[in-house]
Amino acid sequence: MTTNTPPAPPPPTNDAAARNNTFRSLQRLYPYAKPALPRIYLGMVAALLAGFVALAIPQVLAWLVDGPLRTAGNGDSASQIWPAVWVVLGLGVLEAIMIALRRWFVLIPGTHIEARMRNHLYARLQDLPVSFHDRWPSGQLLSRAVSDLNLIRRWVSFGLVLLVVNFLTIVAGVAILLWMNWLLGVIFVVCSIPIWIYGYVFEEKYSVIARRSQDQAGDLATAVEESVHGIRVLKAFGRGSFALKNFASQAESLRGTEIEKARAIAGIWLWLLLVPDVAFALCLMVGVWLTSQGDLSGGELLAFFATATVLRFPVESIGFLLSMTFDARTATDRFFDILDTPNEITDPADPATLAAPLGRLAFNNVHFRYPDSPERFPDLLNGIDLVLEPGETMALVGLTGSGKSTLTALTTRLYDVTAGAVTLDGVDVRALSREELRSHLAMAFEDATLFSASVRDNVLLGRAEFAGSSPAADAVLAQALQIAQAGFVNDLPLGVDTLVGEEGMSLSGGQRQRLALARAVAARPSVLILDDPLSALDVNTESLVENALREVLVDTTALIVAHRPSTVMLADRVALLEDGRITAVGTHSELLRTSPHYTFVISSLEDEERRESNRAEEAL
Amino acid sequence: MSVTANSSVNGVEGEERHDFTKAESKQIRARSLRLLGSLLLPVRGKVVLAMLLVLVSTAAQVAGPALIAFGIDRGLPALLQQDWMPLATTGGIYLVAGVLGALLIAWYTVLSARVSQAVLIDLRKRVFLHTQKLSLEFHESYTSGRIISRQTSDLDAIRELLDSGINQLVQGVLYMSFTAIALVLFDGTSGLVLFGALLPLVILTRWFQMRSQRLFRQSRVASASLIVRFVETMTGIRAVKAFRTEKHNESVFGKLVENYRQVNARVIQLFGVFDPGLVLIGNVTVAAVLLVGGFRVADGQLAIGALLATLLYTRRFFDPMEEMAMFYNSYQSAAAALEKISGVLEERPGVPDPVAPVDLWEARGRVCFDNVQFAYQADREILPHFDLDIPAGQTIALVGSTGAGKSTLAKLMSRFYDPTDGRVRLDDVDLRDLHPKDLRRAIVMVTQEAYLFSGSVAENIALGKPDASAHEIRAAAAAVGAHEFIDSLPNGYDTDVNKRGGRVSAGQRQLISFARAFLANPAVLILDEATSSLDIPSERLVQEALQTLLADRTAVIIAHRLSTVAIADRVLVMEHGRIVEDGTPNELISGTGRFATMHAAWRDSLV
Repeated sequence: MTTNTPPAPPPPTNDAAARNNTFRSLQRLYPYAKPALPRIYLGMVAALLAGFVALAIPQVLAWLVDGPLRTAGNGDSASQIWPAVWVVLGLGVLEAIMIALRRWFVLIPGTHIEARMRNHLYARLQDLPVSFHDRWPSGQLLSRAVSDLNLIRRWVSFGLVLLVVNFLTIVAGVAILLWMNWLLGVIFVVCSIPIWIYGYVFEEKYSVIARRSQDQAGDLATAVEESVHGIRVLKAFGRGSFALKNFASQAESLRGTEIEKARAIAGIWLWLLLVPDVAFALCLMVGVWLTSQGDLSGGELLAFFATATVLRFPVESIGFLLSMTFDARTATDRFFDILDTPNEITDPADPATLAAPLGRLAFNNVHFRYPDSPERFPDLLNGIDLVLEPGETMALVGLTGSGKSTLTALTTRLYDVTAGAVTLDGVDVRALSREELRSHLAMAFEDATLFSASVRDNVLLGRAEFAGSSPAADAVLAQALQIAQAGFVNDLPLGVDTLVGEEGMSLSGGQRQRLALARAVAARPSVLILDDPLSALDVNTESLVENALREVLVDTTALIVAHRPSTVMLADRVALLEDGRITAVGTHSELLRTSPHYTFVISSLEDEERRESNRAEEAL
Repeated sequence: MSVTANSSVNGVEGEERHDFTKAESKQIRARSLRLLGSLLLPVRGKVVLAMLLVLVSTAAQVAGPALIAFGIDRGLPALLQQDWMPLATTGGIYLVAGVLGALLIAWYTVLSARVSQAVLIDLRKRVFLHTQKLSLEFHESYTSGRIISRQTSDLDAIRELLDSGINQLVQGVLYMSFTAIALVLFDGTSGLVLFGALLPLVILTRWFQMRSQRLFRQSRVASASLIVRFVETMTGIRAVKAFRTEKHNESVFGKLVENYRQVNARVIQLFGVFDPGLVLIGNVTVAAVLLVGGFRVADGQLAIGALLATLLYTRRFFDPMEEMAMFYNSYQSAAAALEKISGVLEERPGVPDPVAPVDLWEARGRVCFDNVQFAYQADREILPHFDLDIPAGQTIALVGSTGAGKSTLAKLMSRFYDPTDGRVRLDDVDLRDLHPKDLRRAIVMVTQEAYLFSGSVAENIALGKPDASAHEIRAAAAAVGAHEFIDSLPNGYDTDVNKRGGRVSAGQRQLISFARAFLANPAVLILDEATSSLDIPSERLVQEALQTLLADRTAVIIAHRLSTVAIADRVLVMEHGRIVEDGTPNELISGTGRFATMHAAWRDSLV
């Protein structure tokens, strides 16, 4: 099984674009980092001071060597060693303090940035329409929310600060080297040119690989998720090893990318290690020669190497700091892939309100097609006209795939119509805020989703005011469970407080469906939308639920997707969906008489039997 | 997994606990190490080579300060005598050592990536295959969220360790020991000073280890609950939207994020003490070496170049410490992850493969239950002892109310579970003695939950027979009446079904999974509520297809709708785990038992 890759911006193809993008991408973190910026700047200052203190130590050594120690053997030179040691010690302590300050300033704000981004991403994902979630595998979303944001945090609080500071330290250190001796300094600078060239090449190569690796890791996570969620199918067909083959080939591609990445890193490492060593070797020969000529004192030579040694770590660190920066850039791009996705289903600027809706639900010439549906196909819903009067129960009947579920999804704006309008009490559903709209309409889906929470919280999901146990809440809960015939919850270990869902007890399909129904009922909406709500129930339970539901449906407008005559019986009228239109509306027996397609869709009797039963009916 | 009084740490038991006894910790550590050992065994050659590379390259790097000292102390006086040789030799050796060191490190970087990727892919496959082998019972009680996080975030932790951690450790340890050795060889007195610094270093590191260990465990738990919440929201996004729980979710998720942040912040604070502490010890040591060395230079006992070298060595000795601390960071998470993964790998499949499988090339399809009993736990008997003989070719309708034990019987028959007592036989062979390949070829179960994998419709159908041709796939789809809707999809059979089959309706998913079973062509077919979401015309088509399909094979059909009875040779009625009625449809319908009542009620509901 190939995994579908979400629409992602194409990787940078040319060098200039890549360069711009890295800076521009990371710049987008600014709003999240803004509150932390003063502390980040302070952290940089502290780190810079630490770097300068480290550079100052060799100067003390030079003074010591050229001063007190030059006159070695002289009695009072020894007494002058102490002050130098004290200064070195003092500087050493200062460096440690500055490093502590750097961490103290920067690292905690970094965790806040990460948390802010994570919350923002989560909120955004909840806000994005269902069509977005249809497209994006959850593994890809998960890898963004967890590992990508981790990476960004580490970069902001560690990578960014050290990159800036180490760069400045290198500049300052090289300036000192040049000041101490221009020739040795120049050798150092010239030797470092390959690093800059290679760094340039490296960025281009690395950022492409990094993006690919992160995407492939997301795909692999998706494959894992599917193998676990689809375990029953894989077991039933004994396809565990077949699934492994697919998984393994994906893991292999990730491995290939990772090794490619290691090659790129090895390349930059090579230069980062080679350059200082070559520079040291050349400087050693030139330096000693200069000293022999008397152009350089012994202390200065010593200080030169001590300073250059201090610079080694910042130079070497540039390699992983750069790769970290490009990883962070990729992570930022992936984060904004989601944040930048336009949300086609938003609240209106000036939402209308319905204080106490009567529950008149109308579809006016509604058209809908999925965005990726090819041109040659007509709209899935091709001009739906249908009115549900307040309190009316309407069954929606049609063949599998005729668009019944899609039609119900339009009412609460899980999708938006592509033309026409759905209105509630005459108000376009798009004119209401989603929050309000969805408080007037409650749905039970054909896939009964339960969350990791107690039965109580799952059923009272639509009643935010009933958080926690209260007599009023208990009454609503008990009634909803009674209507859905979900008495089985009393046999669960902790009754209605038993944890169900992913992290809790696993329930059967029929049990889940009844809880989902109870949830829709408990929401006490003006309009109830039930998408084939009884498909997993046995005949007895089904008829019990139907009897109980009738009481609720007396004064609630309801749209019920039905596959069975027994479900249709709940409705006052039936609407037949055929080829994207409502081709007939009427009572069940009317339609049986007048619509051959309806009979075809809903009747499981053989023609002969049906004629018989019609005759019997007429005789009555 | 709940923690009971006499809990153990075998397999995944006690996974969420923190209060291990000494013996338990030892058991877990031993298990992790065994796993690690078995992972490293196949790549031992590469590991040895990598160690060699890093050994030589580190030695080359460490030579630097000594060469500088040599250049100053020997090269300079010689040069004053117009003798270039010592300086040129030193410079040349330095150059060669530098180039060699850098090249070897680059080689090592690629090689170690190969090693770590080889280990990772091995581990990924092992965990994947093992979880596929574990019984359904394990999956249901351990929950999919945990299995997923074992294979994603825990494996990530190990990847991080292998990617950078090991490099840091090996290079760091070698670097430090070589530097220490070089320092001692160079100047014993300065070496003594350095060894004096080891005591505070060890104390600081121990303190850090003790404090961080618990925090790292906490951090893993915090991130796991974050992941579970996240995945659940995204999978249930429709319900989230329909019931307006976004705000509530945000506050719950926000709390989890904050909790994770706080744990992370505590880890970071710990580093905030540890890291400057290391620098402090290092700098104080440098000052001490300077003090001792300075006086000896003043006394003429030490050359200036040698003083420089001792100072450089001392400073460089502490350089890798921070990276080593980082290594400890990734090591802790990876160790915790490895503990959990090794636990999952230690779980024995509840439904084990036979040691010596009996050959069953072409099953005829007779299924017998001999004195079978099934209970999830000793006190929760689902099916009391019973016998049942299903002759080859018979089609059975299994009816009864929810919770009567129908699905359990089906799961025993397809060996998703093994009976607690008695045995299930296919053609006189105990299911437990059949090779999984033979078993799955002979017996296929289709469940109500028709799961689609991402990929095309054709690929999903081909799951029933991976080597099926496009023609066979179409034929299977046509046979169950799925061809028409598939053909009308945007790209026909090549249409991607998307995440969880989002755009394919429940009924269509059931048709696809039906086509799968049709393609698999087993001797015994079990349908557990496999038609519940179908509309009536589709169901009719499926019934017709079944009539042909089931003509010469054994079938057990569980359905709430009694329409299936029409194609059944025999009806079994179950109640509270027992088979209470058994007969041909006509016998039972004309009788006065439960089935007669059920059937009459069902007839009334039809039109």
